Amino acid sequence: MTGPATSALGSLKADYLALVRRRRMYSGLITVLFVSVLAAGFSVADARNAGGFWQGLPKIFDFPAELISEAIDKSADLPANLLLYLPALIETVNIAAVSTLVGALLAIVLSLLSTRGLARWPRLIPFFRRAMDVARAVPEIVIALVLIFVMGGGPVPALIAITFHSAGALGKLFSEVNENADLKPVEGLASVGASWLQRMWLGVIPQVAPNYISYALLRFEINVRASAILGFVGAGGIGAELRVAISWGTGRYDAAAAIFILLFLTIVAIDQLSSYYRNRLVGAH
Amino acid sequence: MAMVQTAFDPSARRREIGRLFARKRLISFGVPAFILAYLIYVFLSFDIHGLAARARMDNAKILLADAYSHKVHVTRHERIGQVTVAIEGENKGTYPAEAWPSWVRTEGDSTVVDLDNAATARFDPDAVRFDIPDFGLLEIVHSDDGIIVRSPVEPLPEWINASPTRVSVTRPEGRLSVTRNRAEVFRYFAGWELFFFTLDSPFHAKSWSELASLAVSAERIRPGQSNLWAMLSDFWNNAMWRHGDVAWAIFETILMAFLGTMGAALAAFPLGFAAAHNFTPSRVIRFGTRRLFDFLRGVDGLIWTIVLSRAFGPGPLTGSLAILLTDTGTFGKLFSEAIENVDRKQIDGLRSTGAGGLQRVRFGVIPQVAPVIVSQVLYYLESNTRSATVIGAVVGGGIGLLLTQAIQTQKDWEEVTYYIVLTLLMVSMMDILSGWLRGKLIGRSASNAVH
Repeated sequence: MTGPATSALGSLKADYLALVRRRRMYSGLITVLFVSVLAAGFSVADARNAGGFWQGLPKIFDFPAELISEAIDKSADLPANLLLYLPALIETVNIAAVSTLVGALLAIVLSLLSTRGLARWPRLIPFFRRAMDVARAVPEIVIALVLIFVMGGGPVPALIAITFHSAGALGKLFSEVNENADLKPVEGLASVGASWLQRMWLGVIPQVAPNYISYALLRFEINVRASAILGFVGAGGIGAELRVAISWGTGRYDAAAAIFILLFLTIVAIDQLSSYYRNRLVGAH
Repeated sequence: MAMVQTAFDPSARRREIGRLFARKRLISFGVPAFILAYLIYVFLSFDIHGLAARARMDNAKILLADAYSHKVHVTRHERIGQVTVAIEGENKGTYPAEAWPSWVRTEGDSTVVDLDNAATARFDPDAVRFDIPDFGLLEIVHSDDGIIVRSPVEPLPEWINASPTRVSVTRPEGRLSVTRNRAEVFRYFAGWELFFFTLDSPFHAKSWSELASLAVSAERIRPGQSNLWAMLSDFWNNAMWRHGDVAWAIFETILMAFLGTMGAALAAFPLGFAAAHNFTPSRVIRFGTRRLFDFLRGVDGLIWTIVLSRAFGPGPLTGSLAILLTDTGTFGKLFSEAIENVDRKQIDGLRSTGAGGLQRVRFGVIPQVAPVIVSQVLYYLESNTRSATVIGAVVGGGIGLLLTQAIQTQKDWEEVTYYIVLTLLMVSMMDILSGWLRGKLIGRSASNAVH
């Protein structure tokens, strides 16, 4: 009796070890493949870059050093420079704030219209979903560049571009939040004859508001960055000032340093504030 | 329970409820009022009111018309007296003199251009004549005092813009422009012309079925090259649409996103352990790593792009490294939070079997954090494809560069439309790919739970 049992156990063990070996071989192969794709990718990117990686590496601190030394030479001007670029910074933050606000309002409507069980017109759910997908897929720069051509420079093209994208991106996150909302209050309100707007406003929004605000804060942080970079490409705000300040020849590095400081401090402050409030909002749950 | 009932004081409770309601009322009126006030302030400070005056609706019209149509220029160069017919007025789209389209013909010394609605434009030796059926004959003559317009209607209608140096006529039938050096007629056609083959290609103006039969026929149009291969190479090297360059640009953009995201994930993984309190007892190291993450994120992609492009020059490598640096900060923070939230029990179980530090990480931590990490990395891969488009515009690489260049030259809006369509396809494809991979690797339900 023991003979067959041991041999069965032995074959089981052998099978198991073979399985483990095959698994290890596959993950080893995938790792090798991934690393070689990454290495090949970097070498292609390096070859297509104007300057190579190894030639550039020793020069990486040249520009920051130049910037800092000029800023130190003219350190007396720094407070004046910070003050000079404050309005541009406020414009950039305003672009981000308004587009987050309007984008979030649009996203609330879109997400409620595209959540099963809550939608006003259930047949149109796929339509609103696709609309959000499209809004999310369009890179901000595409809309911004086209609108700059039509409207001229300034904050409005960036504002519209970021709002459009935010509505799609937040809409998707909001609709995931909506799916977890408890439907009982909605049914209760429906039983006393509440209209769709009343059901949403009184039955759904109070449940999901903390999550909405948390996502909107995260989006605000992303949008500040987006609004700065769109400014550099042609919309207004601090990005446009930065472009002038660092341009070859006519550049004023003390001004660029002031802009870097303003941008850095703003982003860090918004980042910390948003993560503090997000923790409080979602932590309270 | 009894204690609570004896302590019940109706007036105190009423006061409390009153306070609560007052606060609620303040919030439900105060917050919308504040938002409204803020929006009004921004409305004024952005001068949205004056936008209608600044907006150039004619630009929007050109953009829309060019997005789906193209124009053919018929030009008489006055100095040399030669007439050329060229698509979009480009060298690459110039028809050879013996193969003009049928709506342009030569009558003696004159060139006659047939336009829509039976209108014709003639380049005669003494004048340029534009015959519009329900308007009459418009004659444009060069004189010593500049260019003169003779019109059946005086004063000139608003679609004629005349000055001694330049006359332009814009009609639905076509556009005409006359200067001292050249007279030009533009006729619009629907579609993107020469999208597949330029005029110099033997495959130009062939129907799909003709192309298909050519592709399989043994008779070679270009010796030493199969027909199919010749077709592909003519398409790929199309001088007007530059499909090859555009494909490279798309590839570069995806490459930037891929290298930046994956490089950042690889760099952030060990750093995440250094910032997690359950793996790094040293407060100094933890603090240092976390401030490093904050710094990398705070400097932001824009500044990294500028700083790096001074060292490495424009190109995809600079873009990749900028994404890599910013996202190392983002991933580091996310990963360290995930690592701090792991369940200790699995690690303790491994320790009890005598597993070493690396083995504990491999079998105790990685299986727990992998879903979060994979999901975040894939999410950022998709989002970074969009960022790489913008970074490409700043740093000079990828589809972002082509897009900005095409918009800045303000000439070929059909190319702009082409790039926009390709960009949208690229982003949607990356979105679908990342969602599919997320579903495959960690399961549909888990991937939703993480977000």
